[in-house]
Amino acid sequence: MTIIIDYGVGNIFNVLNAFSKIDPDTKLSADPKEILAASHIILPGVGAFEDAMKALEALGLDETIKTAANMNIPILGICLGMQLLYEKSLENGEWQGLGLLPGTIDIFNRDAVTTIPHMGWNDLIFTDQSPFVNISGFAYFVHSYLAPPDAQYVYAYVTYEKSKVPAIVGTGNVYGMQFHPEKSSATGAKLIQQFYELTQEAL
Amino acid sequence: MLAKRIIPCLDIKAGKVVKGQQFENVVSIADPLEIAKYYSDTGADELIFYDIMASTEDRGPFLNLVSQIAKTINIPFTVGGGVKSIDDFDALLKSGADKVSINTQAFINPSLIKAASLKYGAQCVVLSVDIKKVEDEYIVFTHGGRTNTGRKALDWILEGIELGAGELCINSIDADGSKKGFDLPLLKQIESEVTVPIIASGGAGDKMDFVKLFKETTISAGLAASIFHSKKVSIPEVKFELKRENIPVRSY
Repeated sequence: MTIIIDYGVGNIFNVLNAFSKIDPDTKLSADPKEILAASHIILPGVGAFEDAMKALEALGLDETIKTAANMNIPILGICLGMQLLYEKSLENGEWQGLGLLPGTIDIFNRDAVTTIPHMGWNDLIFTDQSPFVNISGFAYFVHSYLAPPDAQYVYAYVTYEKSKVPAIVGTGNVYGMQFHPEKSSATGAKLIQQFYELTQEAL
Repeated sequence: MLAKRIIPCLDIKAGKVVKGQQFENVVSIADPLEIAKYYSDTGADELIFYDIMASTEDRGPFLNLVSQIAKTINIPFTVGGGVKSIDDFDALLKSGADKVSINTQAFINPSLIKAASLKYGAQCVVLSVDIKKVEDEYIVFTHGGRTNTGRKALDWILEGIELGAGELCINSIDADGSKKGFDLPLLKQIESEVTVPIIASGGAGDKMDFVKLFKETTISAGLAASIFHSKKVSIPEVKFELKRENIPVRSY
């Protein structure tokens, strides 16, 4: 069963729609027991880092997600959900994240980028260590903050103005997508499909 | 590289997609779900749905249709018309809209922009502004283009961004329905003053109007309604032409 973590942040209707197409047994939950029994965990998120972390903490789900990662349950963070996987964010202050990936989320460098947010379709460039294969195409991005460029954890990136933006990141069974796969047409659907294929092998 | 976006706009009245000219002479043409699927399948990068009578009839937005749209397409879409409270934002986003466009109600109650931006993030707050040239000044019009507010367009736009709008949809009333091309003088004035993405709206008559828009400005999206609805121009044709001019577009 795929569990989409329901912590009251943003629009998860479309995430539920998209994942249900591949795993019909997908549901929303904020129950730690149910989450730790999941085959796959999806962490969505829209809005501000601080609000999202506080919402997770209020429900005790920050610890649940860390436990799930220790149990090697595949986790996919989407958009802000991906950013929450990192150690820290500098969005309107300094906030601790889940720490499943090393480094700090920061705002676009104004010397490199004039128009913020980075909004629209951008073509994914996969790196040599990407486990995702035979996929090309555009994904839909909407964000103002970005993950650190640490090459070791970046499976795909995009270029936006003069900035190189991590698009798919991960380590082991932890994955993050900065764009919205649920809104990225056929390319997004293929990426979701491969997330399942990759993590089935890992299980 | 970020692709330029082509955005068909669907004006909805009584559950049907309609088209009009300079905001008047509205005729209904098609079922919104059918047309949404068609555009999404033929390469539209986003869709915008306006409930064009909501503001006039003083009622809230069309939630039922929004959730059906969300189930039908897997590209982003924006909904506007009749949004006047944070509860309307909440209901639309929960129904599956990716962004919410506000126009008249934002002008009447600017604090709505700030409240929505703080709660849901600037990325989902689209400030839509209807602009008409009056005695050499660009002026904001509201209520579907019927009310002259007397406010200078750029003043209002900068205030809206300051309050937290994450994207602008700039509708030229003068160009709307003219099919003579986007209002480039207006758009150039605005793009030089703002740092959020802009959707250009009003005036697209053929595929070359999109080429001109993207060659002569840094604007990231072009919106059109009637030329797409009438099938005078298709989205693949527009994208083919843009690609030939080395303007980045999404292949799909």
